Amino acid sequence: MDFTSLTLTNVSRHFGRRRALAGVNLTAEAGQIVALLGANGAGKSTLLSIAATLLDASSGDVRYGRMTAREGGHALRGRIGLLGHDLYLYPELTATENLRFFADLYALDSPGDRVAAALASAALQDRGNDPVSSFSRGMRQRLAVERALLHEPRLALLDEPFTGLDDVSSETLRARLSALRRRGAIVLVTTHELEAIEPIVDAAYLLGRGRLERLAAGAGSLRDRYRRQAQA
Amino acid sequence: MTTFFTAAALVVRKDLLVETRSREVVYTSLLFAVSCMLVFAFGLVKEGRVVADAAAAILWITIAFAGTLALGRIFDRERQNETMRALLLAPVPRAAIYIGKFAGVVLLLLLVEAAVVPLVALMFDAPLFRHAPLLAGLMVAGSLGYAAVGTLFAAMLARSRSRGTLLPVLLYPMTVPVIIGGVRGTAALLQPDVDIAMARTWLVLLLCFDAVFLTLALWLFEPVMTE
Repeated sequence: MDFTSLTLTNVSRHFGRRRALAGVNLTAEAGQIVALLGANGAGKSTLLSIAATLLDASSGDVRYGRMTAREGGHALRGRIGLLGHDLYLYPELTATENLRFFADLYALDSPGDRVAAALASAALQDRGNDPVSSFSRGMRQRLAVERALLHEPRLALLDEPFTGLDDVSSETLRARLSALRRRGAIVLVTTHELEAIEPIVDAAYLLGRGRLERLAAGAGSLRDRYRRQAQA
Repeated sequence: MTTFFTAAALVVRKDLLVETRSREVVYTSLLFAVSCMLVFAFGLVKEGRVVADAAAAILWITIAFAGTLALGRIFDRERQNETMRALLLAPVPRAAIYIGKFAGVVLLLLLVEAAVVPLVALMFDAPLFRHAPLLAGLMVAGSLGYAAVGTLFAAMLARSRSRGTLLPVLLYPMTVPVIIGGVRGTAALLQPDVDIAMARTWLVLLLCFDAVFLTLALWLFEPVMTE
């Protein structure tokens, strides 16, 4: 159960009378880091939820390679990793227990080694036996990123992954995302921290009023291009 | 690939681990159940005499109320950090997640019942242990039915702003057959002329309700959890 592309064709999503997405088209290939940019409430998280199979599109088609989410079933979900605004961690459990629970749920080989590697990657190897409730925001964020990537997903959907991270952790995350790209993952990132993502991004899209358009190439930084296009 | 029952067992184990750390749901449910029973005892026992069938009714109402409290809190935990989304994204049948949560609720209800039954027997002078195996059967069957419906509704409402109001409004009418079955079956065991045949009939009916509720919940869980 694998795929090398994610294709959204004419995807719309309504919440009652409110239109969150309107005819969105997007193709992302394996080995690409794609940034989804836009103001608060632009529909970025909705788009990620649809790509994660947690939300049905009101209309349009979402394909993972040639498969739909329904055809792929739970095996397809096992190839997707999602980091949300909320961190999907149990605060009462320790970092190790959180990771071990998801490693077992995903039936990973050598779960103990995977958990140890994930803790090391999050620079939390000394805090593995501490409850997550005792962690700072940045530590939780690092742990949540590792939880989302624990099973080496083909499709990594990361909603504001740089939130709460210091410079060193941001650099580590960039290296982690670059490694994912080399491994052939499709990485979709939403962020307002444009300077953080700029060095590694392959394509950037602007989402506004429910519509998605590719950020035009041109002079200036990613933020300059974003501002120009958002104000146009 | 994680099997159905392995996934369900992992969810139960995780829920129990979280509960052993916080002890929040157990303590609040037990305290609520005991308080509820004391209020009934003051209202329905006069000069040492109890209204007929009151013990059976109070036992089941207390369990239903405490169960609603526990259901709401168990799913609040999954909502607070949106961990339910992580569970739904896992490569396991979503019905296995339901079964895991359901089993956790049943275990909690049985724990509350283990505390409440002796108290009802003591406060209402009810011979609840005279036919202990049959009473245990009624309690387990009733808990299964109540948890089957309650787990589905609590999961559905976990992200709703008015979940606190909606859960009892939806849950109590749907579980009326379970409560009636439990009350009548228990009352048959407590009356002066014990009616074993009647208690067994209610037990069989409760098991039928369980089968129907559990089948419907397993069928509905995946579609209702996909937004």
